[in-house]
Amino acid sequence: MIRDITLGQYYQADSVIHRLDPRTKITGTFFFIVTLFLAKNVWGYVIAAAFLVMSIKLCKVPFKYMVRGMKAIVILMLMTVVFNLFMTKGEVIFSFWKLSISKEGLENAVKMAIRLTFLILGSSIMTLTTTPNSLTDGLEKLLGPLKKVKVPVHEIAMMMSIALRFIPILIEETDKIMKAQMARGADFDSGNLVKRAKALVPLLVPLIISAFRRAGDLAMAMEARCYRGDSGRTRMKPLKYEKRDYIAYIVIILTLVLCIVFGRNAWWMA
Amino acid sequence: MSLIKTDNLTFEYIRRDDEGNVEGITRAVDDVNLDIERGQFIAILGHNGSGKSTLAKHLNAILYPTEGTVWIDGMKTSDEANTWNIRQTAGMVFQNPDNQIIGQVVEEDVGFGPENLGVPTKEILERVEESLKTVGMWEYRKHSPNKLSGGQKQRVSIAGVIAMHPKCIVMDEPTAMLDPSGRYEVIRAARALNDVEKMTIILITHYMEEVIYADKVFVMDSGRVVMHGSPRDIFSQVDALRELRLDVPQVTLLAHELKKKGLDIPDGILTIDELVNALKRSR
Repeated sequence: MIRDITLGQYYQADSVIHRLDPRTKITGTFFFIVTLFLAKNVWGYVIAAAFLVMSIKLCKVPFKYMVRGMKAIVILMLMTVVFNLFMTKGEVIFSFWKLSISKEGLENAVKMAIRLTFLILGSSIMTLTTTPNSLTDGLEKLLGPLKKVKVPVHEIAMMMSIALRFIPILIEETDKIMKAQMARGADFDSGNLVKRAKALVPLLVPLIISAFRRAGDLAMAMEARCYRGDSGRTRMKPLKYEKRDYIAYIVIILTLVLCIVFGRNAWWMA
Repeated sequence: MSLIKTDNLTFEYIRRDDEGNVEGITRAVDDVNLDIERGQFIAILGHNGSGKSTLAKHLNAILYPTEGTVWIDGMKTSDEANTWNIRQTAGMVFQNPDNQIIGQVVEEDVGFGPENLGVPTKEILERVEESLKTVGMWEYRKHSPNKLSGGQKQRVSIAGVIAMHPKCIVMDEPTAMLDPSGRYEVIRAARALNDVEKMTIILITHYMEEVIYADKVFVMDSGRVVMHGSPRDIFSQVDALRELRLDVPQVTLLAHELKKKGLDIPDGILTIDELVNALKRSR
C-alpha cells in the first residue's frame, strides 16, 4: 500500500547506535568523512575500516540492507575508477591501443573506490539508524549558532519536518488524481518523452492547487494552536547527551587523531 | 460572566476582480448576538455558505469583526494584544483531519500546542498523556498520523487542543469528511468532554443527528441566526427547518409525518425510544 512507504531509509532496530543522539551521529559522520580524506596510506584506511566495521556491527542493521543502498552509486563509482585508472599520468605498467594504466593511476583508482564505498556505508549508517524527524531536530540544534547571523534555522527545520509529514499525503493524492484522470481517458504511459511530460500537466495543476490549499489550512491550524515561531517555545522531547554519546564522541575523535598520526605518512613508512 | 459573547457581530468579505477593483461585498456574518455560558454544549447548524464557519473563526481571533465586538472570556478579539490568550482559551478543531496535524507521530502532534505555549517539558508529557487518554488514543501515541482512520485523526486533533488547557473548544465541522463510524467516534468524544470535563463545546455542523444532545442550538442562514433554542424547540419546527434546506433526524421526521396524519404524538421527538413511547401512549 502506498501509505506504508518509509521515508528516507530508516531501519527499525534497537541498538546503541539507534539510541545515540542525532547530533552525535551527524557530527560523527562528518568526522568520519574528514578522516577518510585525510587518510593517505594503508594504515589510514585500516583505521577507518576498523571504525566502520565496529559501527556496522553495533548498529544491528543487516549488512545486505546497507549494500542495497550502494547500488544507486555503482555507475558513479565505475566512472570515477575508470577516469582515475586511465587519466593519471605516471609510470606505465600496462598499455593497449591508446589507453595506458600507470602505477599511480591504479593506486588512485583503488583509493577512490575504497573511499567512496566507505563514505556511502558510513553515511548510510546514520540515515538507517535515525528517523528523518530526529535528523531534523539534530540539525536544528547543531545549526543553532547560525541563528545569531540571522539564518532562520528553526523555520528551515520546521519546513523540513512539515514536508516530511506531507509527502505521503501528497503521494496518496497524486495517486487519486491520476486514477481520476485515467478514468476520464488520460494516458500517462505511452508516447515519447515530450508527450508523457505533457500528460503530467493535468496531474500537476490540481496537485499544486491542492498543496497550496493544504498549506493555507495548515498555517491556520498552526496559528490556532498558538504557533509563533521559535520564540518562547519549549520542547516536548529536548535532545540530551547521555553517557553513550560522550563515549561515541571519544571514539570518533580517537579515530580521527589516529588517522592523522599514522595515516598521513608516505607509502614507504607503512 | 459569560464565556463567549458577541455583540452585533458582522463580517464582510470584499470580492475583488482581477485588477483589484471591488466587485461587491458579501456579508458572511450579519448581526449575530451570542451569549454562551461555561460548561454548555452549543451546536450551530446551517447549510453550506450560511456563515457558520466564518462565525467560528471569529471565536479564535483568526478573523476580526467588520462591525460589532466579540468577547472571549472577557477579552476583546479585535485587540491584538489578546490574540494568543484568546487562542489558548478557545481551542479550535478544523474540518480536514489531514491539514491540521503537524507532528509525524501522534504524541508529538499533541505536544505541539503546549510547546508553543512554553510549557515545561515534564508538564508537556503529562498533558499529552492526559489528553490522549481523554479521547481514548493513548495506545496510538507512537503511531504515524498517516496510518490512522479519519475519526482517529480528528480525536488526535481534539487531544491536541485539550493539551493546551482551553476553556472551550470550537469544532468547525469536525465530522464533515468522516464516515458514519468516524462521526460517531468524534461526537462521542466531544460529548464525553462536555459531560466529564465540563468543557464548553461549540459544535458547528450540518448533521442534525449530532445536535440532539446540545444544550442550545443556533440555526444560521445567510449569515444570520434565524432560530435558536433547545434541540426540542428547534426540531418541533420541521417545516421551518426544511425551508432552510436542513434535514431533521429521521425519527423526528417520521413523528412529524405521523402527527400530520392525525396520530396523537407530541412535537419534537428526538430519539427512537421517545417515538416508541409516544406511540404506545397514543394507542
